[in-house]
Amino acid sequence: MAREAYITGIGMSEVGVRLTRSPLGLTLDAIREAAADAGLTLGQIDGVSTYPGKMPSFLGFSPVGVDEVIEVCGLRTRWHTGAAEATAQLGAIIDAAAAVRSGQARHVICFRTVYEAAALARPEEFPALERRKDVTGNSQWVSPFGAFSAACWTAQFATRHMKLYGMTREQLAQVALNDHRNAALNPRAIVRQPLTMESYMAARMISTPFCLYDCDRFTDASTVVIVSAGDALDEVRAAPVRIAASAGSVERYSWDQAEWASAYPTGRDLWKNTDYTAADVDTVQLYDGFAFQPITWLEGLGFCEVGEGHRFIEGGTRIALDGELPMNTGGGQLGWGRLHGFGYAYESVVQLRGQGGARQIKGDPRVAVATSGGGPMAAALLLARD
Amino acid sequence: MVWQRSRIRLDADNRAFWTGGAQGHLNIARCDDCGGFIHPPRAICRHCQSENVAPCAVSGRAVIDSYTINHQKWAPDMEVPFVIARVRLDDAPDVFLTTNIVGCPIESVDIGDRVRVVFEEQDGIWYPLFEKAA
Repeated sequence: MAREAYITGIGMSEVGVRLTRSPLGLTLDAIREAAADAGLTLGQIDGVSTYPGKMPSFLGFSPVGVDEVIEVCGLRTRWHTGAAEATAQLGAIIDAAAAVRSGQARHVICFRTVYEAAALARPEEFPALERRKDVTGNSQWVSPFGAFSAACWTAQFATRHMKLYGMTREQLAQVALNDHRNAALNPRAIVRQPLTMESYMAARMISTPFCLYDCDRFTDASTVVIVSAGDALDEVRAAPVRIAASAGSVERYSWDQAEWASAYPTGRDLWKNTDYTAADVDTVQLYDGFAFQPITWLEGLGFCEVGEGHRFIEGGTRIALDGELPMNTGGGQLGWGRLHGFGYAYESVVQLRGQGGARQIKGDPRVAVATSGGGPMAAALLLARD
Repeated sequence: MVWQRSRIRLDADNRAFWTGGAQGHLNIARCDDCGGFIHPPRAICRHCQSENVAPCAVSGRAVIDSYTINHQKWAPDMEVPFVIARVRLDDAPDVFLTTNIVGCPIESVDIGDRVRVVFEEQDGIWYPLFEKAA
């Protein structure tokens, strides 16, 4: 029987906008919380994985590397990686799962630290990414045309959905409305109030069809997930959640050459190595850096047909906390903050353990899907309490 | 639009694309062995791995695959709103270019519109923009 990988601990730092605590300090806060949650000491951690790894040219986006975590935590690791070229953010957790399944590590800290709001406020410490001089790589194909932001890239996929399949702004709005409603019940979320359709429709446009509420906002936070080997579960305290399947793919290594979002092939692939089906899923935590992305994930994962995602969420009842498929129960990135992928794994574990408090879904949830990525790269996890 | 566009660092792979406008050419890398187009341009064909790759001047005719009207000033000198589009080239149907649609009211732009290339030069870089074809 194949070895298994489990999520055995979750932790998160303070989540805020323009925090003053250092990014390494936030990362340490999240690590301590996750280790305590799992019932592990730092001495028992023997692996570290992150996405994407420290980026000196863009410190706000990724200010902390594996090396600093190993140093400040005094870890004795046997395996580590910084997954800059992995299949999107959750690829760092997929890599860690592979490491524990193959016996290269027993307990792996997986972290994602973001510091984009604080960096913007303190450019002398965290210089902004230079987008207009000496441009090279994939940026050269989009930034000269004013498409500096993924908002502009993703918006074009959404425009096409409107034209091809008749998606309306009122349907798209349900992602932000659902996120705000759930975030208001999550004490750690940056959004504290529900959003009305009237406010949504009156908001200023960023890049059509995306208004202000369709775009996540810069956030400072660190999120940690501990991945443990199946034969090391006797060392942990928390109820383990099994990584039942995973998938990750890239359409093209380019935002504008990918004809479709990678959520489609990744969503299909997730079901290829498991007996679970979409009908078994109790909750979905779908990447929503931009509001259109969960619609592609719902379609790609097979919860509805391609071109039907906007009708699937119409009115918002189906994806609400008490609906048939509760989505982004912690507020997603539009409500919780731009945790950049790891928040979906964290919240899946919260719900499967029944620790959601005011936002806990009903019944006895056993299976969740967490995804990350919304353009040409994507990764997905199937998480089960079985 | 008068903002300063991103200045490209020219190299062996991208020079023909970003300077072809000086001769009125929209150059897309093409494999002389299999005939496939390679974009972003590289010295090795992504279809057959041949290294017999050279710039090919295409017609510059295209169709709008999708678009967005950008309202956000991502840079202080940016004049908004303007149209960002992804166009599919007639002669290289598996190649998309991100571009701006210029010379028409922004609300007149739609998916499926026929467009043709026009170049805007800044500091020796020839940016391929597109306008509606008559």
